[in-house]
Amino acid sequence: MSKYLVRRLLISIPVLFGISLVLFTILALAPGDPFEELATNPNVPAEVRMNLRAKFGLDDPLPIRYARWFTSMLRGDWGFSFVSRINVDTLILQRLPTTLVVLGAAQLLGLLIALPIGTLSATRPYSIFDQIATTLAFIGFSLPTFFTGLLFILLFSIYLDWLPFIYRADISATGWRWWWEHVRQAIMPVSVLGLFQGATLTRFVRSAVLDVIRLDYINTARAKGLSERTTLVKHAVRNALIPVVTLVALQIPGIFTGAVITEQIFRVPGIGALLISSILANDTPVIMAITFVFSCLVVLFNLIADLLYGWLDPRISYR
Amino acid sequence: MEEQELRALIGEVKAGMLSRRHFVQTMVALGLTAPLAAQMLASAGVAQAQPKATFTPTKRGGGGLLKTLWWQSPTLLNPHFGVGTKDQDGSRIFYEPLASFDPDGSLVPFLAAEIPSVQNGGVARDGRSVTWKLKRGVTWHDGKPFTADDVVFNFEYVSDPATAAVTVGSYRDVEKIDKLDSHTVKITFKKPTPFWADPFCGVRGMIIPKHLFEAFKGGKSREAPNNLKPVGTGPFRFVDFKPGDIVRAEINPNYHIPNRPFFDQLEMKGGGDAISAARAVIQTGEYDYAWNMQVEDDILKRLEQGGRGRADIVAGGNIEHIQLNNTDPWKEVDGERSSIKTTHPFLTDPAVRQALNLLVDRASVQEQIYGRTGIATANFLNAPSRFASKNTKWEFNVDKANQILDAAGWKRGPDGIRTKDGKKLKLVYQTSINAPRQKNQAIVKQAAAKAGIDMELKSVTASVYFSSDAANPDTYTHFYTDIQMYTTTMTSPDAEFFMNQFTSLEVASKENKWQGRNITRWRSEEYDKLHKAQEAELDPVKRAALFIKMNDLVIQNIVVIPVVFRPRVAAISNKMRDVAQSGWDSDFWALAYWSKQA
Repeated sequence: MSKYLVRRLLISIPVLFGISLVLFTILALAPGDPFEELATNPNVPAEVRMNLRAKFGLDDPLPIRYARWFTSMLRGDWGFSFVSRINVDTLILQRLPTTLVVLGAAQLLGLLIALPIGTLSATRPYSIFDQIATTLAFIGFSLPTFFTGLLFILLFSIYLDWLPFIYRADISATGWRWWWEHVRQAIMPVSVLGLFQGATLTRFVRSAVLDVIRLDYINTARAKGLSERTTLVKHAVRNALIPVVTLVALQIPGIFTGAVITEQIFRVPGIGALLISSILANDTPVIMAITFVFSCLVVLFNLIADLLYGWLDPRISYR
Repeated sequence: MEEQELRALIGEVKAGMLSRRHFVQTMVALGLTAPLAAQMLASAGVAQAQPKATFTPTKRGGGGLLKTLWWQSPTLLNPHFGVGTKDQDGSRIFYEPLASFDPDGSLVPFLAAEIPSVQNGGVARDGRSVTWKLKRGVTWHDGKPFTADDVVFNFEYVSDPATAAVTVGSYRDVEKIDKLDSHTVKITFKKPTPFWADPFCGVRGMIIPKHLFEAFKGGKSREAPNNLKPVGTGPFRFVDFKPGDIVRAEINPNYHIPNRPFFDQLEMKGGGDAISAARAVIQTGEYDYAWNMQVEDDILKRLEQGGRGRADIVAGGNIEHIQLNNTDPWKEVDGERSSIKTTHPFLTDPAVRQALNLLVDRASVQEQIYGRTGIATANFLNAPSRFASKNTKWEFNVDKANQILDAAGWKRGPDGIRTKDGKKLKLVYQTSINAPRQKNQAIVKQAAAKAGIDMELKSVTASVYFSSDAANPDTYTHFYTDIQMYTTTMTSPDAEFFMNQFTSLEVASKENKWQGRNITRWRSEEYDKLHKAQEAELDPVKRAALFIKMNDLVIQNIVVIPVVFRPRVAAISNKMRDVAQSGWDSDFWALAYWSKQA
């Protein structure tokens, strides 16, 4: 087991190095310049832009820029944003709490919907409940979040005027009011994301439980005279959840990068919104940091998922 | 427009026969900037208009929270680094210039005690210097007094190349700044400077405190902690800033204008898109003000029916125009296309130019695409024969275009496309990817086909088209097509810089990495001479006459075809009072005077 862990960790080093090299090269080759806006502004002399490029090392050859980025990354220095000129880690940390709250809540909501509905559907396949649940799940993951988001805004903010559609991370109120305002503004983005997640997961849970529920040991459990509830919870669901856990573990890195489109619609100041605005502004250090951290998390959670698998299913061994 | 006619008009304004606003508008239509027009009036002794607020409060504050939306969010709050208007607007909450430009281009003093003029001795007769008297009793948000030292420091800060301040363009002509006493500064220019109100006025004139930025001049400018925590003299004090998300501010209890501002807190929320920002102000009333409504007029009108807010439309200097290439974009000479060593095979023929000018259906463009947010124009570069006539004529006439081309010997071929001397009237028409622009291209293409001109439409992603990448042939400065369209902005209060985009020296080429501002590559000795003369002309009226002559040249030769004016559009809650946008300054220039009905 520990040998396996060490080997996997060692393999991930060249993988991450390769990823960073590819990311850096693609970003460097992409058209655009972080100081583009200066170039089209006739009031800003061209020398200013040249000075800034030189100052921020943009004119150096690619290998040198990559080496500089890589060595400072190793030292824990993520560089600074060309656009706001503050350190990238500060910028990301500012966005992290909101992202975690909104995306985490959405993921949780998705699970809360998917687990009971998926299991119930599987125990009564092709019943009316299953038909309705399956149809709704299909609708749920066929509708893109930008569509449901706008639909929600139209319904809850414009016609009913119940909920605000602009998310404010800083609310000056205190105590209960602070909580209330936060919950109120989070309802729409969280439900848009959560329902989408939930719909996908429901399908997954249903098929996983369905696979297990037909097996002989479930019949054995029933024959032993165990109640339907115990059979289901202790024997069927527990085994069926093994692939679901893997799936959820692989989705966790996504919580960190946020949801680009939903964040844009509701103006949630999360990492997804930061990523898209940095891409639009060609702010390479920020794009690099977010994408690289994301790749690290993907590699890490892949490993965690593999380890979890073995823990949940003792039949799997590591060599 | 000759100098005498201009003087006669100024006389009319002085005698009260012509309104000040009308005069300014006519001048803008002639291609001048409003600040230049205002300067002409000031030099003639016509009094500056004072800002008129409809609401006069008896005490400071009490207005609660002011909520504003910017769909691009500010990323830094140092006015000397502000890349876009969003950053300048964010900075203007906290920092102030000596004076701001109101909607008519007149100077309104903020940190200055009065506006210098030749009459009060502030402006030197030789145009070499201007003396500003600073307002006394102004303090920075941290309590330190604002003095002449701060003004002098800002010049030193900006002019250090290592600082890489984006505002340097407004300070390049300044030779030195002397502190005459604690509240008087004298700005000496390198050469006689007719337009002296560029440094320290408007968006590039905001002043930062010496005591906090002194240690961060030059190479260390990025490290100043106050780049993100502004300490200014403005109506609001800094509370919190998250780059790319939100700016929060609270009332400055020691603000130097009595009983101002009205609001206790201010929030500038960023991000999202223009349409939902318009919705939040005009339809749901969740916010009080939103900036730069690039939204179709139909949508704005529908939102306005709710009665909670309105779209505020103010003329500025932005013009959507079509440029005609004077050089051959399809022949490569010394490693570049559109080289000035070539001439365009047929766009240099005046008949073709006239025909093209007649084929742009501006009325349809306005009606079908822009509505109130794009007004059909032949203005800006199309001086009227008679000054008083405000309605310059433009024409859409396919028959006339056909006649002109027939007369010039362009014969229709079997495919309906005109040819002459083996040259076919086939054009490539390029612009950036943007829905209204593609509609516009289609309208022009259709009309051109009727006149036997074949157009191939090309659209380039905005991030490439407007980039300065010397290696990319698709940028607007390379201009590797026959004609192209984009919006030119006239943000500088003086027209000198704007007008140099037609001088020979500025031709964009491989040699200057396509940094030159003359993109059409049109060259005229006469124009160059006029531009040179204008640089040394100190009399604002004579100088204005020169600018108008330059415009005439550009129009007569159909160097560009203006299509629509793009006014500034903001969304404002119907409860807001005294929110006057200025096309020549930041959206927040008069923030101290804003108020809201209960």
